[in-house]
Amino acid sequence: MADLSIDFCGIKSPNPFWLASAPPANCGEQVMRAFDAGWGGAVWKTLGVPITNVSSRFGAVDYAGSKVIGFNNIELITDRPLDANFKEITETKKKYPDHAVIVSLMVESKEEWRDIIKRSEDTGADGIELNFGCPHGMCERGMGSSVGQEPAVLKEITAWAKEYSSIPVLVKLTPNIGDILDPGVAAVEGGADALSLINTVKSIIGVDLDRLTLLPRVGDASSNGGYCGPAVKPIALHMVGALARDPRITIPISGIGGISDWRDAAEFLALGSTSVQVCTAVMHHGYRIVEDMIEGLDNYLEEKGMSSVHQLIGRAVPGFKDWGDLDLNYQIVADIDADKCIGCQLCYVACLDGAHQCIHTDNGPCSAWHGEPDHGMNPRCEVAPPQRHEPRIADKPHVPWVDEAECIGCNLCALVCPVPDCITMREIPNEAGPESWNDHVAAGKA
Amino acid sequence: MTAKFHETLGADRLESKFPDAKPLYTESEAYYEANRCLFCYDAPCISACPTGIDVPGFIRKIATGNIKASARTIFEANMLGTSCSRVCPVEVLCAGACVFNDLNGEPIHIGRLQRYATEKALFDEAETGRKLFEPKPDTGKKVALIGAGPASLACAAYLALEGVKPTIFERGKLPGGLNTTGVAPYKLHAESSLDEVSWLLSHGVDLKTEVEVGKDVTADQLRRDYDAVFVGIGMGDDRLLSFGNENNPYVLGATALIEAIKNDAGFQLPPGVKTAVIVGGGNTAIDIARQLAGLGVEDVSMIYRRTAAEMSGYKHEMDYARKEGVTLVENARPVKVHQEEDRVLGLRVASTVTDQETEIACDLIVMAVGQESRVHALGLDIEVNDRGHVVVDLETMRTGREGVWAGGDCINGGKEVVNAAADGREAALDMLRSWGLQPRKWRYSPSV
Ligand SMILES: Cc1cc2nc3c(=O)[nH]c(=O)nc-3n(C[C@H](O)[C@H](O)[C@H](O)COP(=O)(O)OP(=O)(O)OC[C@H]3O[C@@H](n4cnc5c(N)ncnc54)[C@H](O)[C@@H]3O)c2cc1C
Ligand SMILES: Cc1cc2nc3c(=O)[nH]c(=O)nc-3n(C[C@H](O)[C@H](O)[C@H](O)COP(=O)(O)O)c2cc1C
Ligand code: SF4
Ligand code: SF4
Ligand code: SF4
Repeated sequence: MADLSIDFCGIKSPNPFWLASAPPANCGEQVMRAFDAGWGGAVWKTLGVPITNVSSRFGAVDYAGSKVIGFNNIELITDRPLDANFKEITETKKKYPDHAVIVSLMVESKEEWRDIIKRSEDTGADGIELNFGCPHGMCERGMGSSVGQEPAVLKEITAWAKEYSSIPVLVKLTPNIGDILDPGVAAVEGGADALSLINTVKSIIGVDLDRLTLLPRVGDASSNGGYCGPAVKPIALHMVGALARDPRITIPISGIGGISDWRDAAEFLALGSTSVQVCTAVMHHGYRIVEDMIEGLDNYLEEKGMSSVHQLIGRAVPGFKDWGDLDLNYQIVADIDADKCIGCQLCYVACLDGAHQCIHTDNGPCSAWHGEPDHGMNPRCEVAPPQRHEPRIADKPHVPWVDEAECIGCNLCALVCPVPDCITMREIPNEAGPESWNDHVAAGKA
Repeated sequence: MTAKFHETLGADRLESKFPDAKPLYTESEAYYEANRCLFCYDAPCISACPTGIDVPGFIRKIATGNIKASARTIFEANMLGTSCSRVCPVEVLCAGACVFNDLNGEPIHIGRLQRYATEKALFDEAETGRKLFEPKPDTGKKVALIGAGPASLACAAYLALEGVKPTIFERGKLPGGLNTTGVAPYKLHAESSLDEVSWLLSHGVDLKTEVEVGKDVTADQLRRDYDAVFVGIGMGDDRLLSFGNENNPYVLGATALIEAIKNDAGFQLPPGVKTAVIVGGGNTAIDIARQLAGLGVEDVSMIYRRTAAEMSGYKHEMDYARKEGVTLVENARPVKVHQEEDRVLGLRVASTVTDQETEIACDLIVMAVGQESRVHALGLDIEVNDRGHVVVDLETMRTGREGVWAGGDCINGGKEVVNAAADGREAALDMLRSWGLQPRKWRYSPSV
């Protein structure tokens, strides 16, 4: 078994898997059951001056038969009394001294921050997380993302927290900004010990077409909410990676956003997260998903010859380059495995209508490009009559084929192919060495 | 070990004429099927599995590409998870309970996913040498297990992984019990059963074949030499009702015939057989009927003393049999073999309703009306019930006799491999507890 334990700005955790500050970490009883199931830590549901929630509060995107690929909520911070929360946090930490317990906080005035930080410390918690992320309700009251969107304010409040707190301070960032580096750098300047991101993305989850109002419906109306779940993972990965590769970000990152299984978690770790946090996947399937995360990460590390999770953290960061530094001479082409192909021709139509017309069909009329291979560089002003090809594979005319000279190696066909590993992208060796756009510019070619 | 077993088995067996009814999934098949599972909580498929495998858990791990952990999840509950994935009557077990039966009538193919995970993981283990399970340090305890069928094999594997030294005594040439000699070849060939046995033994289990307890060594000797004894001897020979059929080469016992089809190199059906009558309405009767039909016997019928609805054979199996041309004669009992010299010409049957007699012309009769108990031959003084099944406490698998545990067909009269696997596990864990040893936390749901 690989060593999954982490040291996150001094906070020790038996593994990198934490509950995000959200309903799964709403009360002590829940967090304790989560720890029993295997979670290494939990960021408590945000505490502040308790609020009143609405009903309903959640919405979801189902896509092509998959439930909850995206999730949205209009709930606020905790609606439970602070006393109850603090008592539970104290008990939880006492019963689970080796697990990471972090208290998420959101208040307004400097005095409120001082008081609530003091009370949080008294619980024995390992750290506090400043929630500068909530994109609905709280921001209208000058908290949450309204702080996260103002680097100067964020820096100031972070500095207050550092002044009052003797335990590590995590700053949770909102994705609802132009450049994540602005609040990230501000947090570092304010003295933060770590960053967590992303909080939810500002969203409207859908429209009720019968009542002609928004979802999730509160009577006859609704409000914008926060979007999360599998659909936001790429946004979160980008923001985590952007921070991880920036030399000004010298503090550890807790990655959040759409993590559902060990693979998602491993990707965040490789892109520079030291811990990961999960909300939606637990809301969908329960704490038990952590079993697959632990075992899957362990197996992966073993297969890759890594003995500890720390060897994975940040390993993919050097691969995150500016576009201008990418090698323009690198070339791949699509390869269709005729044995695996089931003949759905999704690759054909995708390439034909959505890419570069270089996949051909032998089944019916073929509308792919039949002129000289030119990667579309010359004007194409006519719709050429389709051609008919003699099937290359007599009993499988539905198996399409790739005109390699015309293929620009975009991946589209491989992405739409429903059969695992049926279309692979093969590298075409070339004589020319690597050459990037920035090289072109430097050489005065661009 | 595997090579040696395969050599003993020999080639050119009739069972190789039967291809896999449910072949190993490809990666895509597994991917799509696994992603169809809803990952239900406290899922009905779990409680319908006699070994209580965390079915949603192992399926989700297939979906995330976590095959090794998926296989571990299966084996922790059921060490015979590989063969069970192929021989379990899933229609009446896990898949029969799947929530999709109520959603769109397409239950998850749990057995096939289980096969995918276990076979893939064992293949990977063989390739990389990275074992799924490592045994605990030696505890100094030794256990003798009688019979190398699924019950003993499961028991022995758990014991070995818990640091106990198990030795299995098997009267036959090959281990695996009915998995090797009895289950239908379109589900599992003997080779695959033996591969599974080799894997189970590889955790530190000793096997002594061609040693019959009660004959070559006494059970009491084993009780003296070992810290515990596990009785996993299954059931005995086919019961042959007496109606003038004794010693006729065209009147055969079903399990004996199946064993010949599966294991005997060069075995052929008696020459000239075109019409066969099977006596019995259980799964063994259906199995041999399907096998005979598959081997080209033109006219195969089963006679059963009551109606189809009352048969103990599964409906889904009987449906397959019918599709393959087997006919069922209900409310009929055998009266007399109509024979000339050694040859069978027909079977006289009487209606159990009207007592009226008729004759079914046939040239082969197969008796599938159950198996005898073989417990008495052990010479071990343990309590049996009126049908000769060993009496145990079902929580602990203990017999009334100090230091003797039992499980599998010999206690239940013949259920499924998965029941034997569950019994073996429970006995192993109870032995450990009886010695004050704390077994590791094997993940499974207690049977209900
Ligand atoms: C024809 C047939 C088809 C079946 N098909 C299926 C199926 O498709 N799916 C399914 O789940 N189940 C099936 N079963 C049932 C299943 O095979 C049994 O429930 C299971 O094998 C029981 O395991 P066991 O270990 O208790 O006994 P067995 O498998 O019977 O093994 C007992 C072993 O003990 C040995 N033995 C007996 N006495 C002694 C002795 N004195 N000394 C040493 N060794 C001894 C025997 O040689 C044998 O190897 C089938 C059974 C039959 C008869
Ligand atoms: C219902 C709900 C309530 C949430 N409440 C909070 C909160 O109180 N404080 C906070 O910092 N984040 C809150 N979040 C955001 C999550 O902690 C997390 O950042 C976000 O959901 C992205 O992770 P996910 O894709 O795993 O869900 C909430 C999310 C949801 C869905
Ligand atoms: S998308 Fe894949 S399976 Fe479908 S035709 Fe293309 S290569 Fe074949
Ligand atoms: S062991 Fe058999 S019954 Fe249990 S889950 Fe597997 S296939 Fe189903
Ligand atoms: S009942 Fe069916 S869908 Fe639900 S977990 Fe079991 S196999 Fe999956």
